[in-house]
Amino acid sequence: MKRFSFAAALLAATVLSGAASAKTLVYCSEGSPEGFDPALYTAGTTFDASSKPVYNRLVQFEPGTTNTVPGLAESWEISDDGLEITFHLREGVKFHSTDFFTPSRDFNADDVIFSFERQLKEDHPYHAYVEGASWEYFNAMSMPDLLTSIEKIDDHTVKFVLSRPEAPMIANLAMDFASIFSKEYADQLAESGSMSDLNQKPIGTGPFQFVAYQPDAVIRYQANPDYWNGKQPIDDLVFAITTENSVRQQKLLAGECHIMPYPNPADIESLKANDALKVDEQEGLNVGYLAYNTQQEPFDNPKVRKALNMAINKDAILDAVFQGAGQAAKNPIPPTMWSYDEEIEDDPYDPDAAKAMLEEEGVTDLSMKVWAMPVQRPYNPNARRMAELIQEDFSKVGVDVEIVSYEWGEYLERSKAVDRDGAVLLGWTGDNGDPDNFLAVLLGCDAVAGSNRAQWCNEEFDALVQKAKTLPTQEERAELYKEAQVVFKREAPWATIAHSVVHMPMRKEVTGYKMDPLGGHHFEGVDLAE
Amino acid sequence: MLRFVFYRLALLIPTFIGVSIVSFAFIRLLPGDPIMLLAGERGISQDRYAELQALYGFDQPLVVQYFNYLLGLLQGDLGTSIVTKRPVLQEFLTLFPATLELSFCAILLAIVIGIPVGVLAAVKRGTWLDQTVMGTALVGYSMPIFWWGLLLIILFSGILGWTPVSGRISLMYFFPPVTGFMLIDSLLSGQAGAFRSAVSHLILPSIVLATIPLAVIARQTRSAMLEVLGEDYVRTARSKGLSPARVIGLHALRNALIPVITTIGLQVGVLMAGAILTETIFSWPGIGKWMVDSVFKRDYAVVQGGLLLIAGIIMIVNLIVDVLYGLINPRIRH
Repeated sequence: MKRFSFAAALLAATVLSGAASAKTLVYCSEGSPEGFDPALYTAGTTFDASSKPVYNRLVQFEPGTTNTVPGLAESWEISDDGLEITFHLREGVKFHSTDFFTPSRDFNADDVIFSFERQLKEDHPYHAYVEGASWEYFNAMSMPDLLTSIEKIDDHTVKFVLSRPEAPMIANLAMDFASIFSKEYADQLAESGSMSDLNQKPIGTGPFQFVAYQPDAVIRYQANPDYWNGKQPIDDLVFAITTENSVRQQKLLAGECHIMPYPNPADIESLKANDALKVDEQEGLNVGYLAYNTQQEPFDNPKVRKALNMAINKDAILDAVFQGAGQAAKNPIPPTMWSYDEEIEDDPYDPDAAKAMLEEEGVTDLSMKVWAMPVQRPYNPNARRMAELIQEDFSKVGVDVEIVSYEWGEYLERSKAVDRDGAVLLGWTGDNGDPDNFLAVLLGCDAVAGSNRAQWCNEEFDALVQKAKTLPTQEERAELYKEAQVVFKREAPWATIAHSVVHMPMRKEVTGYKMDPLGGHHFEGVDLAE
Repeated sequence: MLRFVFYRLALLIPTFIGVSIVSFAFIRLLPGDPIMLLAGERGISQDRYAELQALYGFDQPLVVQYFNYLLGLLQGDLGTSIVTKRPVLQEFLTLFPATLELSFCAILLAIVIGIPVGVLAAVKRGTWLDQTVMGTALVGYSMPIFWWGLLLIILFSGILGWTPVSGRISLMYFFPPVTGFMLIDSLLSGQAGAFRSAVSHLILPSIVLATIPLAVIARQTRSAMLEVLGEDYVRTARSKGLSPARVIGLHALRNALIPVITTIGLQVGVLMAGAILTETIFSWPGIGKWMVDSVFKRDYAVVQGGLLLIAGIIMIVNLIVDVLYGLINPRIRH
């Protein structure tokens, strides 16, 4: 509640005095951010409120795609051995100037080094600047092993030295945890003994600067007047925190906000029919799947897995579980991701053929467990219902299914076991838009007994994915990933079930909003038509 | 009287220790590990898991964790949220005024309507008025709060457009939170229309939160009044030729209020429970919503600290009610 500022009062006063020119975009967000330092957290809600409006990264995702484009780095070179990446930084970029901080210099290499070293080095003064700081994404993306050092060549050149060649590194640097902070601001906070403000009053180089936050109620931003990519068409950006989706919808209808995420799937048709609204949609960067345990009989036989896949009626699942907000999945990666293989044909739904195939393989009287997650996820809004539908489908081919479930933490842990009994319903939401983040993480040999719930280690597949990781260009990598998808389809370690379809209802006057396949919500370039 | 107060105060200590144990144990008894939940599908390596356990102090035996918690409590330290990394007490103090303001308006509404309605029902006992009032009270008492809140929003905010959908004040007003109470802050801000906006935002959540206490108070008032109206002194007052208003208002109601005050005191607990749902529906930034979010995230420090603070408030309110009760009804002191 203390986070009020004089400048903010002035701003409010100008808005109220009827400055007709002030354009305010209100976003009905779904929850409170955990804080404003994106590197400390992993939740999308937090990123929407911190890294997206306030910060930039060296490399950024091109709006609406998973392609990486220059951000605070204008260009970069990768050495022939793939171990050094040299970034050439953009010049003349200003940090936000607010009532709590006035920058004395432009963005430079020191800021880049500060932003990463605080996460990397345990003796860095900002490594544990709040109680329980744990840099989860930095760790999850293996940065501590991968980053040997970050060197300043000159004020506008930085070199990242890696311990091994890693093509997805560039995509990693476009992730939220890699947001660039002001070292000058951090130093000032350290001097005044208020380091934890780095997580409460953010200063970045992004399109919007932070004005005030009232927990669980409102976050206010104003357009950064000196933004390197041009000042935003709207003047103020307001997040009205509204956790209940039906209430968000009422607010949108009443004109209390302009745009909202995560509508209730059952309401989408009526929202589309409303004259004041429009609804954008896009496939989410996720996949929901059923992972067999490929190390156990009879699921070690690809033909058995294939037969079971043919027994699943995906259309029925899309209707009942996704209520239309889903799309059948044929590949382990979502269609918005580069290297997605359009040409692969999905297994047809054919219970009779499936039954015959099972009999051919000598599988009769099979009974198995299907694990249903206890939580709602974007890739599976109702796992229990999905498991019941699969149970029914499998019974038609003579397979008896018992549905089991555990508390979420327990579920994730137990499903990792190599000797686990049964097929597991689970899914994945991509982190950085790189196919490696799906194929290696979920299906690589290294991930067996971990995030590879199918316990599937296929040499051919693994070799392709590992090789792709070392190639420098996206085109070369995409070729190998396409081959890997063919192997995946042939071997069928999972039944790929669905990708969610994400809907974004907004008022008609909102223009320029681009849906982010990575699931974030950005307001750069968004305008309100008069 | 002083001895009575002292005795009641002394009783608070064992109760408080009990609550601290229950609040500490409750969240840990729920299956689910906050670190695993933070990691999600992404998973976490054994080493990293151990590191984080040590970072949060979860690697120590439960008894040690409890005594560390107790030691912190004695120094006024309720711990730090695992999620937001901010001190629990600071978060509580930021959010509590919103809950207090809403609860106060709700209980006021419940009293102002509940008592007269209860009196009326008692006086007109057996008539259609009595039956309507008690029937409505029964419906109110059994009302599923969540559904009721949404229904009111759809009707009054959606269809009729009379009240705002959610929040505490219109987004166009922006001023420093001085007291944390929006009604007061909006007046202090001096901005035209701010107070009006704050009041309009309070209407629906207050009605929703007041529904159950209102029903309880009306029913309790009615039955207490009926009992008192049959007493000899009421008959005496009537036979003396006092006006019905004087008999009911002065002689009967004053005595009937004794059990009603206890009931009102007990509604504080009901309000806190109701606030959880009401705040969630109306995006009201109070402690109810805060607690719910924390349970889902297994944020141990927030859940145990929040429970303790809420229990402490309920205990103190009950103490005040008991003392008040002792003042009104001297028999209780012995």
